[in-house]
Parts: sequence; C-alpha cells; structure tokens
Amino acid sequence: MLTKRIIPCLDIKDGRTVKGINFVDLRDAGDPVELAEIYANSGADELVFLDISATEEKRKTLADLVYRVAEKVNIPFTVGGGIASIEDVDMLLQNGADKVSINSSAVKNPQLINDLSAKFGSQCIVVAIDAKLIEGEWIVHLVGGKVPTEIRLFDWAKEVEERGAGEILFTSMDNDGTKDGFANEALARLSTELNIPIIASGGAGNMQHFTDTFIEGKADAALAASVFHFKEIEIVDLKKELKDNGIPVRI
Amino acid sequence: MKIVIINYGAGNIQSIKFAIQRLGYEAVLTSDVNEILAADKVIFPGVGEASSAMHKLKASGLDALVPTLKQPVLGICLGMQLMCNATEEGDTKGLGIFDVDVVKFSKKVKVPQIGWNQIANLKSDLFSGISEGEYIYLVHSFYAPICKETIATSEYELEYSAALQKNNFYGTQFHPEKSSSVGEKILMNFLRIK
Repeated sequence: MLTKRIIPCLDIKDGRTVKGINFVDLRDAGDPVELAEIYANSGADELVFLDISATEEKRKTLADLVYRVAEKVNIPFTVGGGIASIEDVDMLLQNGADKVSINSSAVKNPQLINDLSAKFGSQCIVVAIDAKLIEGEWIVHLVGGKVPTEIRLFDWAKEVEERGAGEILFTSMDNDGTKDGFANEALARLSTELNIPIIASGGAGNMQHFTDTFIEGKADAALAASVFHFKEIEIVDLKKELKDNGIPVRI
Repeated sequence: MKIVIINYGAGNIQSIKFAIQRLGYEAVLTSDVNEILAADKVIFPGVGEASSAMHKLKASGLDALVPTLKQPVLGICLGMQLMCNATEEGDTKGLGIFDVDVVKFSKKVKVPQIGWNQIANLKSDLFSGISEGEYIYLVHSFYAPICKETIATSEYELEYSAALQKNNFYGTQFHPEKSSSVGEKILMNFLRIK
C-alpha cells in the first residue's frame, strides 16, 4: 500500500542551513548534508531544501550542495527557491536532485510548468503554492507569501495540474508558523478536486496535526520544519503514532 | 568489477552512480558500445517521458545493443519500461526484452504514484535477504501488468509488476538508489549476480 510521506524541510542560505537547529549530536549544525543524513536515517521519507540565498553565486553554491547531498543521502529530495528556467532545473537534476519545486516563477510564467514537465517529466516538477484566506477566498501569494495576487488557489491548482505538474506543495500562510495544525479544509478540497499528490505545509505543531492532515485534509504527504529541527517531534515516534491511528506509513 | 551506467541523456544518473559508490564500487557513465560490452554489470536508467527517452536511445544507437547484452543488466524505472514490448506513453515501441505492454494507471488513483510502497511475491536473487512487504520508493504514471516475468509485485489501484526478470535482464519499477537501505541491499544483490 502506498504510504503517507513525512518530509522535513531545510532552509538553506549560501549553502548552509539557517535558523536554529537543535541537534546536539550534529558536528556542524549548519551543514545541510549532515542534517539530511540524520533525517534519512531517522525515517524521513523525503527531504525538501529551500534555498533562500540571494547572492550572485547562488546557483553554483546550490548545485554544489545538491551534489554533496545526493552523494550521501539514500532517499529522494526536492530543491526549491528561486528556480526560474530550464537551465536552473537542468543543473540541479544533473547534480542529483530528484525533484525541483517552483513557485513565483510559475505564477509569473505558467508556461514554465509545461516546458519543464515536457523536458524533464512531470514526476520531477513540484509546484509550490502559498495562499492566504482573504474574505472567504483562498488567494495565491508570491515571494514567500508576502505579495498577494489576484489568483484564486483552486483555479491555479487546477491549471498547474493541467500544465503538467507532478505534485503540489500547498502552504497556508494563515497556518504557517502558528503550530495550530494544517489548513485541512483547503487541503481536502485540493486533494478531491485534483488527481495529483498534495503535500501539506504550514502549521504543524504536534503529532495529532499530522494525523488530522492525512485523514481530514486527505493529504498525501506532510512537510514541516521547526517541529523536527527543534526535536519537538521525533519522526520515529510520529510514524508510530500515525500507524496506531491506522494511517499507512513506512516504518 | 566493472559497472557501467548507460548514459543516453535520460534521467537522474548521478543518484545511481552515488548509490553504487556508497556500496563501495565505482560506476562509469558511458554511451560507448565497447565499454558497455566489456562491463560486468550494466545499469539502464531512465526517467521522464517514454517516447523522448526512446528517441534519445535510438539516436545513440544503443537500442540495438541493449537486448544483445550477455552480462546482468538492470533497468530502473523508465529503463525497465523501455525494456518491455511497448508502452502506452507516447505510443512507444520498446526493446521487447520483457514480454509485456506498459499501460497507464486509471483516474481512480492519483497519478503519478509518488512515494513509498511495499513489494511482495519476491522471486529471484535480486531479492535475497529482502523480506516480503519491505518499502521501496516509486515515481511513475505507467506500470507493467503482472506477467510471467514478474519477480516482485506492488499494489496501487491493482497489483502490478514492481520488478521483472528474463534471463540476465532485470528491471525494477522502483528506484533502488532512492529506497534507503532496502534499495541498497537490492542493488548489492544485483552486483553479486554472476
């Protein structure tokens, strides 16, 4: 049976992990490769690296990091953050990334989704969507959720699927950082209206939230950062609880 | 041991090279006929769309070579699908090694299937030391139905071939290079096949 996936997300700046990561057993708390290996060995099903650096050397640094991660890590990983062209994607996949995630660049140029899925296959194109509930409507936001658009979430999600995305990573800006749980109503609607996997993101605070997003939110995978980085939730314990709740997971 | 990964421009071959490196071996990426012929083990990768991958394979002239290889050959994901008679994807004729036609999952399930699923009904040396029900990582929209060459099954909408074998030719729908320690064991088993 296909299992539900647990995906830790690592924010990367200039080739290093950012924000406090509370792993006492890390030799170098800023080394994404070492952290990735620990997650892979502790039962994470996939990893997401989100590059937030804005330097000119960004591309090369990121490609170099991807290469080093691929060398060591034996589970799939996705790379996102400022990816805007076929060349960007080609370089990341060549260096060993399994998937790439695009966000603002897809909104600005939707044809990019078609071009990337035609060239590399849908299976490696994740479209990330950040949205916020405004007066009863889910509205797509850009630049890490800072800039609102006119686009409605469900219209955009449908379009993204039609253009060839293999997966959608949906972050609710209303839930992100709250630790109050995922946006399960919107997630369930996405999961029902679309026929590609949906990754839930934003709001994870405790283990029950994961159970809820898989059952009520009908999510195929759940992504979180701080609860894992600060060891508030151990992936091994989380998977055991999910299994006890009847949710298929890889243990 | 000389291991080659056929490089015809389709797929994430770097991951396979690294996985073999983690097992303590070196693999060479090549499209050179003589180098492939001289190898002890041949890996035939592939991700992306079937007809364009087949097009690239033909352009490299290797479509005629692969079916004639005598050493153990492992097709991975789209590589395995291209080793079948045909695939529905892009209405593509395959290499005809495995006597089965690859078809698409229906809309009853989410397509592509992405993630970790279980393998069962394990036959062949490829799975020695691997328990029934172990988890492997897959990403695919098309599948090979169960056939006489099926050596492992998995279930998504229906039971399908997770792996195939005919003589020296092996194929896995899943990605052993991305399937954690289980995948590494399977790759190691392949490297041990005489």
